[in-house]
Amino acid sequence: MQALYAQLLVGLINGSFYALLSLGLAVIFGMLNIINFAHGALYMMGAFVAYFLLNLAGINYWWALILAPLIVGAFGILLERTMLQWLTGLDHLYGLLLTFGLALVIQGVFQNYFGSSGLPYAIPDLLKGGVNLGFMYLPIYRGWVVIFSLIVCIATWFLIEKTRLGAYLRAATENPTLVRAFGINVPRMITLTYGLGVGLAALAGVLSAPINQVRPLMGADLIIVVFAVVVIGGMGSIMGSIITGFALGVIEGLTKYFYPEASNTVVFVLMVLVLLVKPTGLTGRAN
Amino acid sequence: MSTITDNAVPATGRTTSDEMIAFVIMAVLLVSVPLTGLYPYFVMQALCFALFACAFNLLIGYSGLLSFGHAMFLGTAGYVTGHALKVWGVSPEIGIVLGVIGACALSVVTGLIAIRRQGIYFAMITLALSQLLFFIYLQTPFTHGEDGIQGIPQGKMFGIFDLSNTTTLYYAVLAVFLLGFLLIYRTINSPFGEVLKAIRENEQRAISLGYKTDQYKFLAFVLSGSLAGLAGAMKVFVAQNASLTDVHWTMSGEVVLMTLVGGLGTVFGPVVGAFVIIAMQQYLAGFGQWVTVIQGAIFVICVLTFRRGIIGEIAHFFKRSL
Repeated sequence: MQALYAQLLVGLINGSFYALLSLGLAVIFGMLNIINFAHGALYMMGAFVAYFLLNLAGINYWWALILAPLIVGAFGILLERTMLQWLTGLDHLYGLLLTFGLALVIQGVFQNYFGSSGLPYAIPDLLKGGVNLGFMYLPIYRGWVVIFSLIVCIATWFLIEKTRLGAYLRAATENPTLVRAFGINVPRMITLTYGLGVGLAALAGVLSAPINQVRPLMGADLIIVVFAVVVIGGMGSIMGSIITGFALGVIEGLTKYFYPEASNTVVFVLMVLVLLVKPTGLTGRAN
Repeated sequence: MSTITDNAVPATGRTTSDEMIAFVIMAVLLVSVPLTGLYPYFVMQALCFALFACAFNLLIGYSGLLSFGHAMFLGTAGYVTGHALKVWGVSPEIGIVLGVIGACALSVVTGLIAIRRQGIYFAMITLALSQLLFFIYLQTPFTHGEDGIQGIPQGKMFGIFDLSNTTTLYYAVLAVFLLGFLLIYRTINSPFGEVLKAIRENEQRAISLGYKTDQYKFLAFVLSGSLAGLAGAMKVFVAQNASLTDVHWTMSGEVVLMTLVGGLGTVFGPVVGAFVIIAMQQYLAGFGQWVTVIQGAIFVICVLTFRRGIIGEIAHFFKRSL
């Protein structure tokens, strides 16, 4: 049973990353109509920024948790201003191709300097060790990742679904022209939305640094799984992305325990099943 | 909303003759390669990728479907052909047929799943499916995992043409390439191809005219997948191995890049794009990871400033269809 709980925990952690990343993808898609292929690369950048902050500037994990999303988010804003904004009005697929190219560039540069091996990132002192819950041993850091991601996800949901800013955002997703006519600066909102989505990816990167090591290709395979998560959940609903992300992480963890050979593929197989039964995704609307 | 291919030039009477002239020039150039002293393996490799890119272009350029998992057909056919040649000891032509059948069967299965969604979702689904297949090939014994199938014998085609002879192999690859190219050319100029273009431009309208668009897209997908398989089967004879590289998503990205550089939705663009990218990889092989960076940068530049691609720009300049 110990092993089962341990795999469940790993599943929850992966689920946190799926949720944070698919949430960002959904928010970006809503505003920019772009599937951000560079999301995995920006997640990796978040982890690297945390690593640089610690090793070059001596800035600890807690500051990195705030600074890395800001720095990478600013980088994302730069990308949006210099490149992505020129794709407005073109076929969505061009956005996919452009961000795929960006992902290759970013990952290639990091691979060139850091190879493919992982760099260690120490768990902060406060979160070291673990507690015995009776039925399992819980490393504190892992518990922290799950709870903190959940809080961030819910905060994002609250921001978009319950605040005035979120209402503008949702309105601009539905009809940008009309919202502009009301005097709201839609292009600036688009830029900030991209920054927000990218910041969420970077945050996931910082969270994963002490668990998965910091590697140039850490986001490359992850992003494909997140795409499958997005196909399963549909991009229509924020809460849908969060729930699907966590649920798929848990299912993957369970698969690792019961049938480890399929743990790499289970998300893709589920995607196939969902497409056969409900092609629009679990929470998605028809196109 | 502008569609993914703004290379659509209205067809005129001289269109076909232009394209025939270009085809003859291309064929003559390729036939005379062994006389020029160019490294034949380079050209053969480029020809395999050119056929692969043409097959991919059939889908994106003429039906507007971006498949981001086309490497699965290339790799699957490679594995089937390689296995058949090495383990079962079949003759080359049977090996190629089996490889194409394998890719065709795979495209039927994946097509039925992927065709259920359009646009951006289609790209993500095909990518996820190819990743699923990648992990399956990583684990199944017949692919030999990370090692791949090595030292595949080339054999004698039809019992007479010895493919271990470089010149013979070159003409065999060229013949298959030209046949595949003509098949694609015939397809896009058939009534079937016209319907595909109609679907690309305005699917709702095509539906309202009574076309079962899903069936057309499915057929285009299967045809494209099978031809990509043909390219994968030929590649086995050139490289003499079949490995995971050919199934990986980076390969799917490369074929997108080749087609984009050459010109989406042009007849000759994918061929030119394949030669450009393969040549670039050859010359920059010593630069390690910078090749990836350069490829990424080309992607970015093409999308931002050069969406028509090389052939697309030429055709646009002369206001002709190429």
